[in-house]
Amino acid sequence: MRSARTASQRLTSLLLWALPLAFLAVFYVYPLAAVIGQAFRMPPGDGGQHIWAVVWKPLRFTVLQASLSTLLTLLVGMPAAAVMARFKFPGKRLLRVLTTLPFILPTVVVAAGFNALLGPRGWVNLALMGLFNLTDPPVQFLNSLGAILLAHVFYNTTIVLRVVGSEWSRLDTRLADSARTLGATPWRVLCKVTLPLLKQPILAATALVFLFNFTSFGVILLLGGAGFATLEVEIATRALNLLDFRSAAVLSLVQLLCTLMITLGYQRVGRGRVISLTPRISGENDRKPVTWMERLWVGVVVLVVVILLVTPLVALAARSVTKLEPDRGERGGFTPRITLAYYQELFTNRRQSIFYVPPIQAVANSFLIASIVVVISLVLGFITAYRLQSGGWARRAFDVLVMLPMGTSAVTLGLGFILVFGRVIMTLGIGFWLVPLAHSLVAYPFVVRTLQPAVAAIPPRLKQAASVLGASPWQVWYRVELPILKRAAMVSAIFAFTISMGEFGATTFLARPEYPTLPVAIYRFISQPGALNYGQAMAMSTILLMVCAASIALLERLEQGEA
Amino acid sequence: MLILLAACSPANAPEDARRQLTIMTHDSFSVSEVVVQQFESENNVQLVFLQSGDTGAALNRVILTKANPQADLFYGIDNTFLSRALEEDIFEPYQSPLLADVADEFQLDTGHRVTPVDFGDVCINYDKAYFSEHDLALPQSLADLTNEAYRGLLVVQNPATSSPGLAFLLATVAEYGPQGYLDYWSDLRANDVIVVNDWETAYYTNFSASSGQGAQPMVVSYASSPPAEVFFSEQPLDQAPTGVLAAPGMCFRQVEFIGILKGTANLELAQKFVDFMLSPVFQQDIPLQMFVYPVNTNAALPDVFVRFGDVPAEPARLDPAEITVNRDDWIQDWTEVVLR
Repeated sequence: MRSARTASQRLTSLLLWALPLAFLAVFYVYPLAAVIGQAFRMPPGDGGQHIWAVVWKPLRFTVLQASLSTLLTLLVGMPAAAVMARFKFPGKRLLRVLTTLPFILPTVVVAAGFNALLGPRGWVNLALMGLFNLTDPPVQFLNSLGAILLAHVFYNTTIVLRVVGSEWSRLDTRLADSARTLGATPWRVLCKVTLPLLKQPILAATALVFLFNFTSFGVILLLGGAGFATLEVEIATRALNLLDFRSAAVLSLVQLLCTLMITLGYQRVGRGRVISLTPRISGENDRKPVTWMERLWVGVVVLVVVILLVTPLVALAARSVTKLEPDRGERGGFTPRITLAYYQELFTNRRQSIFYVPPIQAVANSFLIASIVVVISLVLGFITAYRLQSGGWARRAFDVLVMLPMGTSAVTLGLGFILVFGRVIMTLGIGFWLVPLAHSLVAYPFVVRTLQPAVAAIPPRLKQAASVLGASPWQVWYRVELPILKRAAMVSAIFAFTISMGEFGATTFLARPEYPTLPVAIYRFISQPGALNYGQAMAMSTILLMVCAASIALLERLEQGEA
Repeated sequence: MLILLAACSPANAPEDARRQLTIMTHDSFSVSEVVVQQFESENNVQLVFLQSGDTGAALNRVILTKANPQADLFYGIDNTFLSRALEEDIFEPYQSPLLADVADEFQLDTGHRVTPVDFGDVCINYDKAYFSEHDLALPQSLADLTNEAYRGLLVVQNPATSSPGLAFLLATVAEYGPQGYLDYWSDLRANDVIVVNDWETAYYTNFSASSGQGAQPMVVSYASSPPAEVFFSEQPLDQAPTGVLAAPGMCFRQVEFIGILKGTANLELAQKFVDFMLSPVFQQDIPLQMFVYPVNTNAALPDVFVRFGDVPAEPARLDPAEITVNRDDWIQDWTEVVLR
């Protein structure tokens, strides 16, 4: 009887390993190996003989900008996470939703948003020029390292906010309170008690942010201008424009190697006992800021977050409903007018094109795909997070494997997908699934990294107590663990959803024209000249923002309503 | 749950019983619904268009999968990539009878492995209002652009990442030769030329006459951009807000081709489709769909092209084979001179 049970348990355990492993093997390892293998069978490009010269410069710049960007993101994100976790203030829920939105925006739209705000004729420059009577725009922002760093902070602060913030808000404050009672200063409590308790989520967020910056592509290309090239930009240029597959493959391998080292480093630092604490209901520790110092602190942090993360979104939305020039080509003394013309135009197929996308259909496609991605990546992510609790070398190896898709060149992987699944793409019915599967591959490391610290922090005695009282393993999971994990699950779901909604790279490689997503539709508009095209791209982006804001708000309500 | 999702996803639409003809294209490809329907009903076939990124990305896809082709035809290869594609031996030769209506200058492959479909000129666009407000004369040649008067007024694209950027680089090579073009570019650099990576940024962020209202009144774009500005304007215009610098040698002509991919199981139908693309029905649909010009001399142009379009009389020319041999070197040397 006893041995039979262990055998079936072992079988279950094996099956649970098999699912995420098979997913990664089929949709990650196989296409990647196929495309790199193919590349080395092709003739070397011109740069073949001095490959290190090709690698060195972009590698150096990639490490530099990724380190700086990550540092800045933590600098903005940590205080924001602290404020969001500890204080109640009006508009907090709205702010949390808004700060997630940058994550979904296609880079070309972010570039437009920044341009509307900080460009030579953006609001800031126009205001300064008017104020100080200047003839030239004082802020020269675009095409600089500063633009790259700012855009990375804009995109990634939400990772710190969500991953660290969610754990922080359910931290048991009794430890900090005891330290305060014993005479520690608030600063000392933060350094010696709170931050060490948050080590796991902070590390996870840092690793995610760094990898995101490390493989940054669109931001560098569009906002950094032609003077900057990361490994990913160099890979795309080599593969897509110079048709030098071999150098692209070498660069991809270098990038992969770096990801491997970053992940190993992360593992090393993160080693050590996870302190499990009695999790508190989230929101339990919130309080209103009382002293004027606290008020000032909350005010300053909120203000910084609003300026950095929310104003470009507002600029974008505002741009989609304003008509700047009464007579195009004539400037000076123009009065911006409010218009819904761009939104109305979305519903007409002016060119009678076969590729016209009705906005409702793009919203429906994006929404459907994103929902599938949430389901796939959460199922796989939950299994993986639990599997990673067991010890041994297999766990450590798997832990590394999970992170690798994040550090893999999207261009290389996209070409691999085409090579391996090219025929499938054309098969109606199955081809549809490649897009959500590719999105799930991108979302999967995020989901695992968000769930894992939460799973690790569940005190075993809670589960043991439930078991002793007669709960079945399933009941233990559903009644004890799931409620504790709900917050982390919600954060993962939001990430999976937003990653899918905003994803463009893989989608252009894999999408069939029958199922265009919102970002695909946005690009179709902005790649042609004309005020209507530009306005429609802004309008479509605003729709993307609103659909995502509504979805995120709904997810959060679900989580809080049942907590 | 997954099964449930599968049940309500559009993926389960019933399979079309008709034969399929698959055309791989770049993302800028577009065509009217009625035109597609005409070919489909005449030939009892379903057309499937696989949009696969920009020209480079789409060509990549074709080359990587040439052992196991994913489409019957490939549309969108241009004269800057042509020889590279021909080297890969991916096309099945076909000489369409309709080539009789196509000027010789477009028939760049004598082996008829590819058939010209449309052409467009990459030219500098200028902001009419800026030049009249500042009482500035228009540059009349590439050399003029290095004059002090135009300091910091031109934005171009990086030829390593952008197709119009490469075309403009090729125009300078044609004008100054493979030796002299670098000197020209170092002069342009000294005159504060702005370089960005892609057309979208150049046009919508840097160009002063677009909706982005940037700082540069001159941008590398297409000769057909002014008609597009009129067609996609917020209200009817009687004048385009932008103009084209079309003096001899200032523009580079891009010709786009279609080719039948080797290994197709629908050879006869694919040939019919090539004929169809050259026929007036398709050719007349091209301008407003893709904002390029038809190659068939019998195709009538839409009104907005007749009134606001400008076809440069003497665009720069380079032999496609010469481009293929040198393009990587030209781009890399350009990068050293202009960006480092």
